[in-house]
Amino acid sequence: MSHKDPRDELVEHLPAMRAFAVSLTRNGSLADDLVQDTVVKAWTNFDKFQTGTNLRAWLFTILRNTFYSHRRKIKREVADVDGIYAAAVATKPSHDGRLQMKDFMRAFDKIPVEQREALVLVGASGFSYEEAAETCGVAIGTIKSRANRGRKALSELLGLNEGEELEMTDRATMAVLAANGSSSV
Amino acid sequence: MSHKSPKTKAEDEIDENLRRVYQQVLEEDIPDRFKNLLSQLKTSGGEPQEEREGKDRS
Repeated sequence: MSHKDPRDELVEHLPAMRAFAVSLTRNGSLADDLVQDTVVKAWTNFDKFQTGTNLRAWLFTILRNTFYSHRRKIKREVADVDGIYAAAVATKPSHDGRLQMKDFMRAFDKIPVEQREALVLVGASGFSYEEAAETCGVAIGTIKSRANRGRKALSELLGLNEGEELEMTDRATMAVLAANGSSSV
Repeated sequence: MSHKSPKTKAEDEIDENLRRVYQQVLEEDIPDRFKNLLSQLKTSGGEPQEEREGKDRS
């Protein structure tokens, strides 16, 4: 093994694995149990990992597969896993009237886990649609539609106006666009 | 950071919150249990517990 051993790199991916696990489980201690199982599985399967390929995507794949197989058991043991976490989440102060974290969390907990997963992978983890699709073992189009449906569902739950353009309300932006000869509107 | 397609306010708020939730965990210190687990895995040469069968060495 002349290449960098993925076993040594694993530790660098632990924070991301925990963040992804929390998005899936919506529960801190379940998330850490999930990461622990993932690490053990990855360790015993490193001979199947192709050096030079995307280690994080590979680890995330194991993590989500583990999650989905555990999920049935968890659901049976704890009736309201999601609710417990939602209640435990601390509210961060919102700046300039933006969404309260707590409200967002509550909505986030209500959307299907497949949509949460797609949203987190492409919206927060920095994965490309391609990497997200590979991680979830589905087509790119599936990831895109899950993410879109997730955004739409969240918008509805949070009462956000989807049609509203972010920057178009800003006069300065409008002026710049006009000055640049943009023929919008 | 990446491409700048016109985003709606809703999308922007959702993405910002997604990143916040993710980032919050990302910035936490790694619990000791993981450091212990990794050193345990390293010393046992790929066999974490007796129940697992490591096939690394041939």
